[in-house]
Amino acid sequence: MSRKPFVHPYIPNSVPEVKEEMLREVGAWDAEELYAQMIPDRLRLKRPLELPRPLTAELDLRRHVEELLSKNSDCGKHLSFLGAGCWRHYVPSVCDAIASRSEFLTAYAGGAYSDLGRYQAVFEFQSLIGELLEMEVSGIPTYDWGAAAGNAVRMAARMTGRREILVPRSMSPARLSIVRNFCDSANREGRIRIELVDYDPETGMLDLDDLEEKASSETACVYLENPSYLGVIEAHGREASTIAHDNGAEVVVGVDPISLGVLAPPAEYGADIVCGEAQPLGIHMSAGGGSCGFIASRDEERYVSEYPLRLVSVTETEVEGELGFGQCRYERTSYIGRENAKDYVGTTVGLWAIVSAVYMSLMGPRGMRELGEHIIRKAHYAAERLGEIEGVVISFPTFFKEFVVDLGGSGKTVGEVNGALLCEGIFGGKDLSSEFPELGQSALYCVTETHSLANIERLVASLGEVLAR
Amino acid sequence: MRGMREYRAPYWNEPIILELGSEGERGVMVPKLEEGIAGAVSDAWEYVPEAVRRRRPPGLPELSQAQVLRHFLRLSQQTLGMELGNDIGVGTCTMKYSPKVNEELAALLQDVHPLQDEETLQGVLEVIYRFGHVFLREVSGMDAFTFQPPGGSAAAYTNALIIRKYHEVNGELDRRNEIITTIFSHPCDAACPSTAGFRLVTLYPDPETGLPDTEALKEAVSEHTAGMFITNPEDTGIFNPEIDEWTRIVHEAGGLCSYDQANANALLGVTRAREAEFDLCFFNLHKTFSSPHGSSGPGCGAVGVTEELEEFLPVPVLVQEDGRYRLDYDRPHSIGRVRDFLGNVPVVLRSYAWAMSMGPEGLRETAEVSMINNQYLERRLLAIRGVSKPYNVERRVDQIRYSLETLRRETGVGTNDVANRMVDYGVQSYFKSHHPWIVPEPFTPEPCETYSREDVDHWADVLERVIEEAYADPELVKTAPHRSSGHRIKSEPLDDPEKWAMTWRAYKRKRGLK
Repeated sequence: MSRKPFVHPYIPNSVPEVKEEMLREVGAWDAEELYAQMIPDRLRLKRPLELPRPLTAELDLRRHVEELLSKNSDCGKHLSFLGAGCWRHYVPSVCDAIASRSEFLTAYAGGAYSDLGRYQAVFEFQSLIGELLEMEVSGIPTYDWGAAAGNAVRMAARMTGRREILVPRSMSPARLSIVRNFCDSANREGRIRIELVDYDPETGMLDLDDLEEKASSETACVYLENPSYLGVIEAHGREASTIAHDNGAEVVVGVDPISLGVLAPPAEYGADIVCGEAQPLGIHMSAGGGSCGFIASRDEERYVSEYPLRLVSVTETEVEGELGFGQCRYERTSYIGRENAKDYVGTTVGLWAIVSAVYMSLMGPRGMRELGEHIIRKAHYAAERLGEIEGVVISFPTFFKEFVVDLGGSGKTVGEVNGALLCEGIFGGKDLSSEFPELGQSALYCVTETHSLANIERLVASLGEVLAR
Repeated sequence: MRGMREYRAPYWNEPIILELGSEGERGVMVPKLEEGIAGAVSDAWEYVPEAVRRRRPPGLPELSQAQVLRHFLRLSQQTLGMELGNDIGVGTCTMKYSPKVNEELAALLQDVHPLQDEETLQGVLEVIYRFGHVFLREVSGMDAFTFQPPGGSAAAYTNALIIRKYHEVNGELDRRNEIITTIFSHPCDAACPSTAGFRLVTLYPDPETGLPDTEALKEAVSEHTAGMFITNPEDTGIFNPEIDEWTRIVHEAGGLCSYDQANANALLGVTRAREAEFDLCFFNLHKTFSSPHGSSGPGCGAVGVTEELEEFLPVPVLVQEDGRYRLDYDRPHSIGRVRDFLGNVPVVLRSYAWAMSMGPEGLRETAEVSMINNQYLERRLLAIRGVSKPYNVERRVDQIRYSLETLRRETGVGTNDVANRMVDYGVQSYFKSHHPWIVPEPFTPEPCETYSREDVDHWADVLERVIEEAYADPELVKTAPHRSSGHRIKSEPLDDPEKWAMTWRAYKRKRGLK
């Protein structure tokens, strides 16, 4: 295939003279001649790819992509009350400054000497999330809350040798779907059954009677969330843990760590393994690209040996007073264990571990507490104001930053209401009507420190007006 | 050329952040609640049930802003990212340049929420659609793509779930519970199907050619075969010329074939999954398609399937109707989800931008130059004493698994030592091999297209220098690194429950520190 020279700024050896010289050095006239020595004729593509013409000039490329993206709106242009697993929190500038450092942005899998700083930053992530959770073990985070929960319940299943888990019916259906995939198995004996535990229709919290009834000597773990997908603060963690432990089961708790300035660390009410979503800790939403799932546990060998994640441990070096880092029990991971490993691991979200470490360092204990207080009060203010609107009921009274708004009394569907709000430049809360039919026409609203009083009043006015139409 | 470049890594001996700061320092302030809110609501603690109130503040550090910034900047300086070093050694990872303009374009998505009304997502949905429907379909020959899997292993796992669902829907899952792979395929090709509950059958290479044995495959397939997970070229850089025979054998037994194309860099526009008759494939967008590796993610494993398997893709599936883009959740046979929302959308955007800057000529040029760089580096490396290229297949595609067994035998210096010593020259510690080490004392460089001839020569020069040192003064190499950011670690605590420490609080407890 003879082609015109194509010099590209990302390909230094595309310069025809250089390419020619290198070809001569390796004893070939052209690339096709070499490929023909590797790949049989019948498998080689004998035509150019049919693709759009290249935009080799950066300016042209920028214009093209900016024009495409200009068809979007976002939560800066619109006023948004969306959450449901991806939340808009303020990202301090230092987080972005570190996230864009060439060294961290473009490192990958280098060694513990050449990437010492990356190892230390990840160790600090583990240490800081450990402080928030009051737990002694964590690892390099995984993709998102769902994957973390999936890994965590499988850890519990292996530890107990049991094949059933109890999860709250109020769990995010998307997250539950991820966990279902982790629990299903091509091997019938390997399947982990998932039992849904009801929630109290008044409070949204776990129905302890139902939990008591379903927990048994088959139960590998009881999984609960705090705050739950529906925003509810689960007040009965202690009771749920006792039920689980009485049945010889592990307790796995999923958390939104931004709540931990005001909410107790789950270990205090009995959690053995904690997982959750670190995106609120200094990571932009990025259309869902900011997810970062973490796992933590007590420092006991029986937990550590079941982690699928890479675990960075601090150690000493040959120089007195100097610290270094390495991988703990690396043979657990699929990089060494292949099919005998604990689940699988791979490229996950290393950069987000570093960024959230920066966030937790900036916030400190006071920042986390003040932010928690700020958010919970503001969310309750918004809920109270919305509850004053004719036809609106706030379903569950105990919540952190998200709350269920029942619009059923208005006679309108969430879809209709959100459509009308959109025309006013507002993204209403997530429509729950198909995910939780029992909640009727309800939406999940999210309020954080990024909302101002004026934003909330604007929502109240618009919603009131839309519902009155 | 003025001879070998001298390098000295920044050495900060930076404390752990939990050792820094003083009580009361603040890195950022939280805004005060506006009076209209503060005056109207109760104290925060009124809203938190007694049983779950935080009693002790978390033991996070207290530092002012400049001190936090400085700490993490120092850590970044002690990290040899691709943009600073020379990552040719990090084979199987395709450490190519990630264009800066794409970072700025990806930042345009920062404030997008994935659950926004579709009408307000049309731009980003169009980018995803174009990249899958226009680019990757043509590059692979597959019929449909999903970008939900957030990494390469996650993509292999997704493929395992699709294969599981396919056999389940066909009522054959109870019988079809075996996956075949090769030892030179990535470990995730074994681990991911295993996580999905399959039994693994692993084929080993012919000691002469390095190629997995077709006869062994014929013996391995049976009515239990659910599928095959394989890379091609494998880690050795050897392209299996009988790959279409392999897929035929597996198909004939009733299995599906999944092509691990995590790094397909030297094959763009050269050969495709379609012509080799694969049913599924995946590309790592953080490798071949230039999205930055991000200290190990976020990434994306773009999964492509044939029309027959499209119904099993994770939801939501992006569809185009009359020029509008819509997310379709109504897919009865879908495997459900492997990742919340739409996956790592900014990674897809960067990859799209990169591919648009390349076009058909650029993708082919990427492949050719990567492949030529590999031949060129080989010529340099095989001229170095102590370096050998196992297996008698002459031409390798994108990378080569070399061996330093001769060096080790002659000097006692092994591949771990050489990797550590190369760091002293400002070159990233190279990738040796996945486990197990079939090739003794292995290393696996991959000189992809964004490295200049000068870069390739520099990498070879450094290796040559280190090997000269190994012959002249083995101790020098065995005690390396000497000019890096740290010194040789004590590795025994890493596996000892009494001493390992994944957090600073564990370290302090175990070492009796306050």
